[in-house]
Amino acid sequence: MLLYILKRIVSAISVVIVTLVASFALFFLAPTDPAGVICGPRCTPTRLADIEQSLNLDEPPLEQIGSYMKGLVVGRDFTSGGVTQHCDAPCMGYSYTLGQPVTKLLKQAFPVTLSIVLGGAVVYLSVGILAGTIAAQRRGTTLDKVTVGTTLVVNSFPYFVLALLVALYATFLPQTGYHSFLDNPLLWASGLVAAWLTLGLANAAAYTRYSRASMIESLGQDFVRTARSKGVPHRRVVYRHGLRAALTPVATIFGIDLAFQLTNAIFTESIFGLPGLGMLTLRAFAQYDLPTLLGSVFVGSVALVLMNLLVDIAYTFLDPRVRLG
Amino acid sequence: MTDQTTRAPQTVARAARAKRANEEPYLEVSDLHVQFPTADGLVRAVQGLSYSLPLGRTLAIVGESGSGKSVSSMAVLGLHDAKTARISGSIKVGGREITGLSERALESYRGVDAAMIFQDPQSSLHPYFTVGDQIMEAYRTHRRVSKRAAKARAVEMLDRVGIPNPRRRVDNYPHEFSGGMRQRAMIAMALVNDPKLLIADEPTTALDVTVQAQILDLITDLQRDFGSAVVFITHDLGVVAEIADDILVMYAGSAIEQGPVEKVLGTPLHPYSWGLLESVPALTGEPAPLHPIPGTPPSLLAVPSGCAFHPRCEFRDRVPQDRCRTLKPDLLARTADPGHTSRCHLHEPDQVFQTDISPRLP
Repeated sequence: MLLYILKRIVSAISVVIVTLVASFALFFLAPTDPAGVICGPRCTPTRLADIEQSLNLDEPPLEQIGSYMKGLVVGRDFTSGGVTQHCDAPCMGYSYTLGQPVTKLLKQAFPVTLSIVLGGAVVYLSVGILAGTIAAQRRGTTLDKVTVGTTLVVNSFPYFVLALLVALYATFLPQTGYHSFLDNPLLWASGLVAAWLTLGLANAAAYTRYSRASMIESLGQDFVRTARSKGVPHRRVVYRHGLRAALTPVATIFGIDLAFQLTNAIFTESIFGLPGLGMLTLRAFAQYDLPTLLGSVFVGSVALVLMNLLVDIAYTFLDPRVRLG
Repeated sequence: MTDQTTRAPQTVARAARAKRANEEPYLEVSDLHVQFPTADGLVRAVQGLSYSLPLGRTLAIVGESGSGKSVSSMAVLGLHDAKTARISGSIKVGGREITGLSERALESYRGVDAAMIFQDPQSSLHPYFTVGDQIMEAYRTHRRVSKRAAKARAVEMLDRVGIPNPRRRVDNYPHEFSGGMRQRAMIAMALVNDPKLLIADEPTTALDVTVQAQILDLITDLQRDFGSAVVFITHDLGVVAEIADDILVMYAGSAIEQGPVEKVLGTPLHPYSWGLLESVPALTGEPAPLHPIPGTPPSLLAVPSGCAFHPRCEFRDRVPQDRCRTLKPDLLARTADPGHTSRCHLHEPDQVFQTDISPRLP
């Protein structure tokens, strides 16, 4: 098991490196001009060259990748205008436009996104699994049809439309902005509740359908019939025998979804004004802010490979037949 | 209720009950109909099935897939969903009417008075719970006992069904058991509450031949010890000869022949039973070509008129006035023996068997 995890971590690292190199390549292949953006409309060639030099943009791209990777692992020094500044590992450089270390920006933005995504997950897992289980048990009834219909309607709305609708009409929800959980948990929760409901309800639709399908399959299994033949009460048959088996596939989807939501919380963040990873990335895009972009790519790819690993490890607890190795 | 100290006298009581076997039936099915309304029409899975079974005896229900043998036995355990199945007729277990019981009443009946072993122990055991867990659950569902007592009982049952090292094995998951051990565990689970009726639905079909024999021996042993009534569903006539006292042959949802095993296998009275016998390969002597029953089993959506078997029957022309096609025969004694009944219009079927079929058998 430990050896397996080690192997997986090694392969995860290589995935992250490939992702970073690919992002670098894409950035330099695209017609980007970060120095020009910083320099502004009244730019002189000397000033442009100065800026390029201070951002290390004058170096060949391969060298830039090299020093970036070095910074990630052991840290690096930046020289700008004769002043040398040391950037500790993991160093992701300085934002071109904000002048702050990317690591610091990510450290501020990540907890916001994580709070949104985890809180939303609590909502959609509980609503989705409960609704899916109930619908599966009453398969074919009006209640089941209404449930499935509702999920289809909710799912056919683009996510940002749903979020806008909540923002426009659910004005009774607190709008206190983001506060750190460590400073004030109550204020933290009240600032996030609208985002949680939006993310939660939109995804609850999909999770209702996953759970319903998984539950219908599991309730048709022979072991459910065995449980009934033992005289096990109906409720216990459904929840202990049926749901237990139905949750494994749902857990797989959840792990992957969680990783994607961490990198795709942009709509939720911008509509509810929460300064998370999505907002940071969007701003970096608009301003050709390569270090910040790379930083969020890094966080996203780490989240993805980490969630994949966690799902696989969770499987050994969910399903005793699974042995990693 | 039951613990180690009271077990011995109980077994004696069972043996005494088994002696009274022939007097009163423990399981009595009369005119059972099971139908499933579907989008394609009404599936008539069981049509007017009647049989009775005293304690201490084994009844084999034989027939092809779709003949209604499993469906009728699931009805005995009340396992059909009231929303999808229409059940009429009567099923009495130990004098108590089972049809029409509430789900709650059925829950306290299942596993206590009657228990079931299924065909595929691999899929019938829950893959996420240990074998011991599943046996304990069956026990604790019906008794207020501590987990420790239930576990001791699970170990005892595993030991009883011949699982080596039961104290350690009780904590294994089903996938850590072999196929034969899984079926043994299923049997242990079914018997944990001392049910007086055991229904075994093709319990050896999914197992290796050598393991099959062991499981059959185990079931016969346990039946002898517990004096229970056993319904054994199978399509393997070799198995029937080995373990059954009585046979019920089913075709298209009806019993077509019924009687003591030596009578039905010795002098079968129905052309379908003849076909089954002719389909058994000979293990000794010259290899001879098998003589399969022509055609396929009928759809239960549209059961043939008259005798359901007539489209496949090579003897239907011997019955005058096309009666096989128009009139469903009754299940009656067709020979001097009143205990051996058959649903066939043929005149003197025992003679036909002797002259036409017997020479063809290996």
